[in-house]
Amino acid sequence: MAALHFHNVTLGYDRHPAVHHLSGEVAPGALLAVIGPNGAGKSTLLRGIVGILKPLDGSIHLGGLDSRDIAYLPQSAEIDRSFPISVFDFVGTGLWRDAGLFGGIGKAAREKILRSVASVGLNGFENRPIGTLSGGQMQRVLFARVLLQDAALIVLDEPFNAIDSKTTADLLALVKQWQGEGRTVLAALHDMEMVRKHFSQTLVLARGPVAWGPTAEVLTPENLLVAMRMCEAFDDSAAACAADDARSQAA
Amino acid sequence: MLYDALIGPFTEFEFMRRALAAVIALSLAGAPIGVFLMLRRMSLVGDAMAHAILPGAAVGFLLSGLNLFAMTAGGLIAGFTVAILAGVVARSTGLKEDASLATFYLASLALGVTIVSIKGTNIDLLHVLFGNILAMDDQTLLVVAFNATVTLLVLAVIYRPLVIESVDPLFLRTVSRAGGPAHLAFLALVVINLVNGFQALGTLLAVGLMILPAGIARFWSRDLTVMICIAVVAAAVSGYAGLVLSFQTRVPSGPAVILVATVLYVVSVLFGRVGGIVRQLFPGRHLEA
Repeated sequence: MAALHFHNVTLGYDRHPAVHHLSGEVAPGALLAVIGPNGAGKSTLLRGIVGILKPLDGSIHLGGLDSRDIAYLPQSAEIDRSFPISVFDFVGTGLWRDAGLFGGIGKAAREKILRSVASVGLNGFENRPIGTLSGGQMQRVLFARVLLQDAALIVLDEPFNAIDSKTTADLLALVKQWQGEGRTVLAALHDMEMVRKHFSQTLVLARGPVAWGPTAEVLTPENLLVAMRMCEAFDDSAAACAADDARSQAA
Repeated sequence: MLYDALIGPFTEFEFMRRALAAVIALSLAGAPIGVFLMLRRMSLVGDAMAHAILPGAAVGFLLSGLNLFAMTAGGLIAGFTVAILAGVVARSTGLKEDASLATFYLASLALGVTIVSIKGTNIDLLHVLFGNILAMDDQTLLVVAFNATVTLLVLAVIYRPLVIESVDPLFLRTVSRAGGPAHLAFLALVVINLVNGFQALGTLLAVGLMILPAGIARFWSRDLTVMICIAVVAAAVSGYAGLVLSFQTRVPSGPAVILVATVLYVVSVLFGRVGGIVRQLFPGRHLEA
């Protein structure tokens, strides 16, 4: 059973597709990098997986997972950093699945929160308001929350943007640890070196799938060039997609 | 002497005791709502909602005179209609909540003014506009206390999603569907507390006892729980001091309460521990780390 199954998915905004006719499977426990130029539809695809964005066409199957079994780290989190909430409480929201509206945060849960704050290297920051953190520290906090969500599927949207190399290394170690624990991890990335070194599977995306498979086979200069070109195809007055008609005729 | 000035009015006159009870009930419920309005950058939404309620109250007034229940019901209906329509439009289209609300409250206000002018104005409507906390009867007081109780109970239910939705709405959307209902319930609470306040302070000043204490609290703490407590205390103190001021000087009670709150606010802006002006001008030597 695949962790994720895309069935001819088209995702987009206002009828304009951003990800066009994607089909395929992600095996459970996979470590998949999603790469492509800006505007390739990486974030859109991840939003579709998490369920924030409904597909225009086709479907995404989560292989028996509930949407709450997914932990999502958005790219530009719409977080109100000025809101008076401590690192401890903020990370603690990752326990929503267990605690919900009223569930108490008991001693065991508090320990868990402290442990996950510690494992992203933020010991002693528990009582700091999130507004006082640096960008890298905030990213660590977000990772701590993902950690606490204890999700089977983890979706990271450009998690290492504007993060220094030390923090990147720390957080990347967490990502690999998650995979080691049998979780499925998807990450939208730009750093090809990192993808080559650490991610076994890669999907090259450019408003549609360019190539998908083992990183070594997929990450070729040719594929990347194709991806670059495909990305410039937005048309404000585009006609309805013909691919669907072609398919129904063939069938 | 001091006893006569500060406590005497309350031991001597029942209407003062009722007014004090009402103002404390309003503080307990309204101030926490105000804190959330402020933190969600919706302070002026409260003001807009106050205008939206007016026509409902006016209709209730025209239908059955100065009847508390009719006016409250009318206000609630008008407020809920505007709040929910605005919320639904903002959530189902790309329109920002403030723009959507502005449209609806202006429509509501225009409708209200039309209704009032067709039926002819009445001097008693001033009572709706500016309230009279000294004219609280038992029935009114019970309604105020009831609304405050409901507010606190509902706030307890939606507290967690409301906080998370304020900080990180996208996260809440990925883990729960409680965000939307919590937001709508919150708007409903805003309406209930505005209606609650207008019997004491009038439609135009009701929002003052919600927003000013929140503004005060913001200058004294960085912690949400502490902020809410400070706001409640600030509101209750303003209420009490405003009543005393009004009793001793013939300043109308509603404005007196809000003016005292304003004084506290100015003091907080100047001397507040968190971002107060004096603190910023004389921050002291910088720290080790």
